[in-house]
Amino acid sequence: MIAKIDDAVLTVEHLNMRFGGLLAVDNLSFDVGRKDITALIGPNGAGKTTVFNCITGFYKPTEGRITTHHEDGKKFLLERMDDFKIPKIAKVARTFQNIRLFSGMTVLENLMVGQHNPLMVASNYTFGGIFGLKTYKTAEKKAMDLAKYWMDQTRLTARADDAAGDLPYGDQRKLEIARAMCTNPKLLCLDEPAAGLNPRESEDLNKLLMFIRKERETGILLIEHDMNVVMGISDHIVVLDYGKKIADGTPEEIRSDPKVIAAYLGVDDEEIETVEQEIEEGVSS
Amino acid sequence: MTDETIKEANPGWHLDAGKVAKDLVVTALLATAIFGSTIAYKTVSAEGGLALETRYDIAFYIIAAVVVGRLILWLAVWSRPSGHRSPVMPANMKASIAFLTTKIGKGFATTMLLIALVFPFLPFTDRYLLDLGILVLTYVMLGWGLNIVVGLAGLLDLGYVAFYAIGAYSYALLAQYFGLSFWICLPLAGILAAFWGIILGFPVLRLRGDYLAIVTLAFGEIIRVVLLNWYWFTGGPDGLSGIPRPSFFGIDFNRSESGFAHIFGLEYSSSHRIVFLYFLILALALLTNFVTNRLRRLPIGRAWEALREDEIACRSLGLNTTTVKLTAFATGGMFAGFAGSFFATRQGFISPESFTFIESALILAIVVLGGMGSQIGVVIAAIVMIGGFEIFREAEQYRMLIFGLAMVFIMIWRPRGLISTRIPSIFLKEKKAVSSDMVSQGEGH
Ligand SMILES: Nc1ncnc2c1ncn2[C@@H]1O[C@H](COP(=O)(O)OP(=O)(O)O)[C@@H](O)[C@H]1O
Ligand SMILES: [Mg+2]
Repeated sequence: MIAKIDDAVLTVEHLNMRFGGLLAVDNLSFDVGRKDITALIGPNGAGKTTVFNCITGFYKPTEGRITTHHEDGKKFLLERMDDFKIPKIAKVARTFQNIRLFSGMTVLENLMVGQHNPLMVASNYTFGGIFGLKTYKTAEKKAMDLAKYWMDQTRLTARADDAAGDLPYGDQRKLEIARAMCTNPKLLCLDEPAAGLNPRESEDLNKLLMFIRKERETGILLIEHDMNVVMGISDHIVVLDYGKKIADGTPEEIRSDPKVIAAYLGVDDEEIETVEQEIEEGVSS
Repeated sequence: MTDETIKEANPGWHLDAGKVAKDLVVTALLATAIFGSTIAYKTVSAEGGLALETRYDIAFYIIAAVVVGRLILWLAVWSRPSGHRSPVMPANMKASIAFLTTKIGKGFATTMLLIALVFPFLPFTDRYLLDLGILVLTYVMLGWGLNIVVGLAGLLDLGYVAFYAIGAYSYALLAQYFGLSFWICLPLAGILAAFWGIILGFPVLRLRGDYLAIVTLAFGEIIRVVLLNWYWFTGGPDGLSGIPRPSFFGIDFNRSESGFAHIFGLEYSSSHRIVFLYFLILALALLTNFVTNRLRRLPIGRAWEALREDEIACRSLGLNTTTVKLTAFATGGMFAGFAGSFFATRQGFISPESFTFIESALILAIVVLGGMGSQIGVVIAAIVMIGGFEIFREAEQYRMLIFGLAMVFIMIWRPRGLISTRIPSIFLKEKKAVSSDMVSQGEGH
C-alpha cells in the first residue's frame, strides 16, 4: 500500500539499513508531498530516527534510493551525497531528537550559522569580508533580516542576545526549527519536535508548522508520538514497526487501521476498541 | 525553624563527620606510605659505604600538613552545595557580573595597550626589561594564534610549536639560500606554516578528543626530529646561525652613513634595534588580535565556534566541517609562522632545541589559564607566566614546582581560566556576555 502522491518533494524507494545483524529499516518506500505535512510514526525503536539519518546523509543506507525533487525539475540522489551537501545543495534541513543547539552562542548567532553558506559566498570566502567590503555588509544585513523574521515567527526576538543554552526547553526546540528554516529548505525533517513540550507549547508548535507549510511552501516530514498533533495537522501518515512500513495514508485511513493501533500502542486486539475511542476523542478535541 | 527548613535553605551545606574522619584516616595512611619511605629515611655517605639517617620529625610534619590541608579542603571547599563549584547565583546577577567584566575588560585592554606603547620609553625600562617585554609579547602572539585553534574551533593542539619552528626555519633558510630579506620572508613563512597547518589538518580530521591531542603532539615532535636529523639542510643540532637582522624597512641598524641612527640624526645606540624589535612584535601581535577579532565576526569565525559547540549540528546546517577545521589549523599556524620568523631574526641563531614540547605546553597553558577564547585573558596569562618565570629565576630548582602549584590552584579557583565569559560576535539590541558554563570546550578537554 503506497499513497499516491503526484508532486513529491522526497521519494524513498526500497530503503534498507542494516546494523550488523539488525535490519533497522526494512524495504521502506514512501513519498513526501511538496507543501504537505507528512508524519512518520511508530513505536520506540521502530527505526524512525534511522530513516531520518539516511535521508540527511548521517548514515549511508545499505540499499535503496532517496531522491529530492525541486520545483524547477532538479533532482538529487541523497544517498550519494555528503551529509553537509544535503542541506546546502539538495535543501533538506533537519532537527534532532536530542536538541543540538550551539548553546554557548546567542540565539541570533545560531540563526546566522544557519546561513553560513550564502554568507561565505558573500564574504568572498573570507577574503572580501576581512577588508570590510560592502557586498558582505549588505549580505550580513539581509541575513540579519531573515534571522529576525524567524525570531518573530517563533517569538524569540526578545531573547535574541541570550545564549541558546539559557533558553527554556520549549524555546530551544523552536530555535532549532528556526535555525533549520534559515537554510531555506525545500523539505524540513523534524525528529520528535513536540517531545517534552507542555500543551500550550505544543499548540504553538502546531501553528508554527502550519505556517511553515503554508507561507514558506516547505514540505515537512515529522516524527511524532503525540496522536493529537499527528492526527491534527498531518496530511499524510506513514507508520513503521520493526523497520517495516505497516500503513501509509491519510489520517482517516490510519485512524481506523487496526494493525496500526495494535503495533503503535502495543495492545491486544480486544483493547483496540477502547484505544480507538481515545484517538477519536483526541481528534475531535 | 525546624531542622527541615534549615536544610532546605542550605542544601548540601552539611558535613558528614564520619565520612570526613574516614577520608582523613585514608589520607594519613597514604601520606605515611609515600613520605614514610621517601622522607623519613635518608642515605648519607659514611665511611665504608652508605648509612641510613632517620628524619621522623620532618616526615611527621609533612604528613600532618597533608591531613590538615585535606581537612581545610573538606571544610572550605567540599562542603559547598553539591553540583556547584562556586556558590549558586541567580541568573540575572550572573549576567550582570559578566557584563561588568566586559566593561572593565574594555578599559583594561585600552590601558594595557597604552602601557605597551610607551613601555620602551619609561625611565626604568632597561635592556633586560625590554627583552622581557619582547619575550612576553612573543608569547602573547603565540597564545592568540593558538586561541584560534583551541579557544575558537575547540581543537586541542599539543604540537603548536611545530608551526613556530616552521616559521623560524623558513626565514632562516630562505635568507641563507636565496638571500631574501626579512620583510619578504615574513609573509612567506606565514604561508608555509599555514600550508603545514593544512597538512597536519588532514590526518586529524576524523580524530576526536585524546586521539587528536596525541596526533598533534606527535606532529610537533616529528617536525623537531626532522629538523634535528636533516643535517645538510637544516644544520641539525648545530642549528643555523648568522640569520640576518631585521632592517628598518631597508635601513640597517649600524654605525655607517646609511645606518638608522645617522639617517634619523640620532646618536648611535645598540638599543635602537631592540626598541624596533619590540615594536615589531607588538605590531605583529596586534595584527593577530585584529585579524582574529575580524574573523570572529565573519561566517568563518562563527563556523569555528559552532564547530566547537556541536560538529554534528554544523553538518546538518550545510557547513563543510573539513574546511572549517583546516582553515582553523591554517590560520593558527600562519600566526605561529609569523612569530617564528620574528624569533629567528631576533635571535640570529636557531636550533631545534628552541622548539621542544615544553614550548607547546607553555603556550597551551597560557591559553587555558587566560580562559579559552578570551583575547585579554591570554595577555594576562602571558604576563603572569613569563613574568613569573623570570621572578623565580633565582629559585631555579623550585621554579617548576611553584609553577605547577600555581596552575593547580588557579584551576581549582577558576576552572575555566581567568576570563571565562564569551562575547557574542553579533547582536540585535545589546551585547551580553555569555557565561562560561554554557560555552562548550570542544574536542579533547
Ligand atoms: N548507529 C547504530 N548502530 C546500531 N544500531 C542502531 C544504530 N542506530 C539505531 N540503531 C538501532 O536501530 C533501531 C531503530 O532505532 P531508531 O531509529 O533510533 O528508532 P526510533 O527513532 O524509531 O525510536 C534500534 O533497535 C536501534 O538500536
Ligand atoms: Mg528516534
